[in-house]
Amino acid sequence: MATATGGDRIILGIESSCDDTAAAVVQRVDGRAHVLSSVVLGQTALHADFGGVVPEIAARAHSERLDAAIAQALAEAALGFDDLDGIAVTAGPGLIGGLVSAVVAARAIAAARGLPLVGVNHLAGHALSPQFSAELPFPYLLLLVSGGHCQFLLVRGPDGFERLGGTIDDAPGEAFDKVARLLGLPQPGGPSVEEEARRGDAARFAFPRPLLDRAGMDLSFSGLKTAVLRERDRLVAGAGGLRRQDRADICAGFQAAVADVLAEKAARAISVYLGENPANPALCVAGGVASNATLRSALQAVASSTGCRFVAPPLALCTDNAAMIAWAGLAQFDAGSGGDFAARPRWPLDQDAAPMLGAGKKGAKA
Amino acid sequence: MTSARSSSLDLPDAEATTRLGRALAVELRPGDTVLLAGEVGAGKTHLARAAIQAMLAVDGRSEDVPSPTFTLVQRYDCAAGAILHADLYRLGDLRDLDDIGLTDAMGQDICLIEWPELLGQAALDDALLVSLEPDASGTGRTARLSASAPRWQPVLDRLMAGGRSA
Repeated sequence: MATATGGDRIILGIESSCDDTAAAVVQRVDGRAHVLSSVVLGQTALHADFGGVVPEIAARAHSERLDAAIAQALAEAALGFDDLDGIAVTAGPGLIGGLVSAVVAARAIAAARGLPLVGVNHLAGHALSPQFSAELPFPYLLLLVSGGHCQFLLVRGPDGFERLGGTIDDAPGEAFDKVARLLGLPQPGGPSVEEEARRGDAARFAFPRPLLDRAGMDLSFSGLKTAVLRERDRLVAGAGGLRRQDRADICAGFQAAVADVLAEKAARAISVYLGENPANPALCVAGGVASNATLRSALQAVASSTGCRFVAPPLALCTDNAAMIAWAGLAQFDAGSGGDFAARPRWPLDQDAAPMLGAGKKGAKA
Repeated sequence: MTSARSSSLDLPDAEATTRLGRALAVELRPGDTVLLAGEVGAGKTHLARAAIQAMLAVDGRSEDVPSPTFTLVQRYDCAAGAILHADLYRLGDLRDLDDIGLTDAMGQDICLIEWPELLGQAALDDALLVSLEPDASGTGRTARLSASAPRWQPVLDRLMAGGRSA
């Protein structure tokens, strides 16, 4: 019987919690993560012309892509199932179709190969992913912005997360997508708004900085989206249309507002974090936010002005991937986790909420 | 074919939208479907969030109600019943409704559905439709409430009465 505890282990990670399907092989050597392969089969490019990405949510489509992703991840790592010490699969939070398909696939492989299996929280995967870039002593401060999520977390250990604040409405990634939709820019909105903003004047429009006037570390981006909508309508009503420069200026102003809000809230989170006198303090970011150069440099500036290191995972591991699931799974194997688990569409990181859905299709009614 | 009754409410600010959400929460019971229509930024999620948070508050719970745009559907279990908050914008096919659990939930749980156009005309027979659009001033919104099922007629009366007196 294989075991996944101890030192230099090789773990297969499987992730299918949102639109993408991913598999990766990660090995730990002397306590550090080595990503032997990381495969992401996305659908973003296929639907870029649509004002939003049509997610592939049918279970069969997920299963087919999972098989392909796993085969490719093993081939790129030049390993077979027999070389693995364990399997880690995202069990939540996310879309139930993808989660269940991945958990079923992982269970089948684990049973057939006699490998231990753990279910990993997708957000825990992101939260530990800065460890791909640096050795990070706990606790570290993390700004996690992933798909529909946005929160500040104190990461106290591989399964110890304290939420300091988060968005009370939209996540920034969603705000970027919707601003792109409002302005007729292609999806996904993150890169296209950033590209447009490069040619724009951030000072032309005075967009709001939501919640800056309120204490605490909660964030809000919905009102900013509405402000962009009103500015667009005002320009269209006044000039009969939106000029190219108008669009660039709106994008630049919007992005600057998001950067200001994230930076100010990060500064507040850092002051709470530094109150604990951490050794070698670090502000880490994970998720898509780290791939936007303006947001990244705003956060870098806050980190350096407060004496914190700034750590982000390599760009390819900022967005959804399975390497982070394998890595978080390794920590769970160390802690002796295992046994049964179910797919959980809602699974807050810092809370022991009951699973929303068990084995039955209708889910728990209690 | 049933004819829908329709009424309009002025929502001069975000707080008015929140009040409508709270008033709606008092009315909702398992099996109810509310369709939320309107463009990006019209206030669909704001209205749904206010309703869901009011229902959770009855249980003494205070939780984030994130936008369902990325996750497609968010589920909340509370004393009033299970609530599904869905966003169909990114769905391409009616069959996808099975996969996000909405087919089973409609008519059984409380369903708040943004971007409901995919559902087609049939959904309007049983549902309350709330259409949100910016008002002439540019700072507020207008909510048009319409429903043809008898279930919603007294609800419409109360929501309109509450909206006027607020």
